[in-house]
Amino acid sequence: MRLNRVVITGRGAVSPYGIGVPALLESCWAGKSAVRVMEEWRRIRGLGSFLAAPVPPFDPKEHLPRTARRNMGDMALYAAIATREAINDSGLSSEMLASGTVGIAFGSTTGSPAEYDRLYNEYLAGQSIEHVKSGMFFKIMGHSCAANVMTALGIQGEQWAPSSACTSSAQAIGLGYLLIRQGRQKAVICGGADEVHHTVTMVFDILGAASRQNDTPTRSPRPFDTARDGVVCGAGSGVLLLEDLESALARDAHIYGEITGFGHVGDPGHIANPNGTAMAAAMTAALEESGIDADRIDYVNAHATGTEQGDRAEAEAIFSILGTRPPVSSLKGLFGHTLGASGALESILTLEMMQRNEALPTCHLDRVEPDCPDINLIREVTPGRYDTVMKNNFALGGVNVALIYRKWSGT
Amino acid sequence: MTEEELFTRIQTVFAEEFELEPDQLTPEATLFEELGLDSLDAVDMVVALEKEFGVKVKDEESLRSVRTLDDLLRLILTIRDQMNSRDQENPA
Repeated sequence: MRLNRVVITGRGAVSPYGIGVPALLESCWAGKSAVRVMEEWRRIRGLGSFLAAPVPPFDPKEHLPRTARRNMGDMALYAAIATREAINDSGLSSEMLASGTVGIAFGSTTGSPAEYDRLYNEYLAGQSIEHVKSGMFFKIMGHSCAANVMTALGIQGEQWAPSSACTSSAQAIGLGYLLIRQGRQKAVICGGADEVHHTVTMVFDILGAASRQNDTPTRSPRPFDTARDGVVCGAGSGVLLLEDLESALARDAHIYGEITGFGHVGDPGHIANPNGTAMAAAMTAALEESGIDADRIDYVNAHATGTEQGDRAEAEAIFSILGTRPPVSSLKGLFGHTLGASGALESILTLEMMQRNEALPTCHLDRVEPDCPDINLIREVTPGRYDTVMKNNFALGGVNVALIYRKWSGT
Repeated sequence: MTEEELFTRIQTVFAEEFELEPDQLTPEATLFEELGLDSLDAVDMVVALEKEFGVKVKDEESLRSVRTLDDLLRLILTIRDQMNSRDQENPA
């Protein structure tokens, strides 16, 4: 069976730096931290982490009509705004969106946590549904982002909603790649979204995996650093518009890169503990699908969130597969862990590094922990040719994803 | 509260809930065709009116025959009058 080649023709972002891909790129190249203290969380008994990287406030009315907004929590709003940017960027017509050949794969950790909070405060505290509005379910359901984006933007292809916390959008990209590769869709809008909310940070805090460096918000999280003490959750939405290469060429679309490999390996060993062997297996699977040897990887964009165990396991996995040569960095020191959005937002930045021939370093990496394998952790913006790169994403629940992007050079 | 005051409050509820302009909210305006409400909005309209006026509208059979804002005003007046007469029959 002939498999289609899959390229990226559109990018969209809502991030802790605001709306749009340009804000994300400019802020990250400037090395600006988006992390701040959430003072209102200090009232929550037992919570020790008050750090987050939320999306700056904006007026949703300026972006979407009421009939679209009424069923959206914040994450679906982010998703729709980022998707519209990606569609405009790609130049896909509204006719194509409505043709059934363009699908969507869009995930998040859960439905909107802020809306769950609202519902439970009213319903459980008051034992009443009298004031619950019709849109509530559409804001909290697992496929809230995918369904709302389709409805708001008139997309009539297949709807998928991979929900796997931190790998949601990495899985969405992998899924879109498979759908196009197999010829089921001409293009797929792939992305993820999540919100900053104390019930999300709480998950990591309970596990002892949320940063408590509350006095120095713009110095945390610290992936790969000796002083790392956990994740800082961020919010936003990242979107990559994936397209069949022939379709993209026929439209004369701008191509940001090609996806050549999708490694996706489960780890049944433990629901929470990271497993370097499974991470390495995902990386190997991605290399094999790409048909390339490890020495072809020019850069690794790590998942590394700033947890003690996760960063070490990933460093060991990278070392075992790729050795000490390729530059490696994590972007989470800049704008935290955007969970369901992270795979796509970090892929946008990785693709930009390939275009600019510059790799961004890990922010706040002052001293690599002594036990860390000797991988090439870059400390400053590093010029070079980044033609083939690996993007890792891992999630609680034993999900391990590695994607391989190849620079588009016309063939 | 006069009938006029009641209608003004209905207008305010509609302007806030459905982001409509005041000049659209005439007594003759039809909810679905002219104001553009749909089935989900109808649910939210009931929630908003019940909250605003402290009445139970949801289970009213006559809700089905409401077409315009004026119909809605008549319905709320009827419910209010029924509540008032019940209160008079069964004083606390």
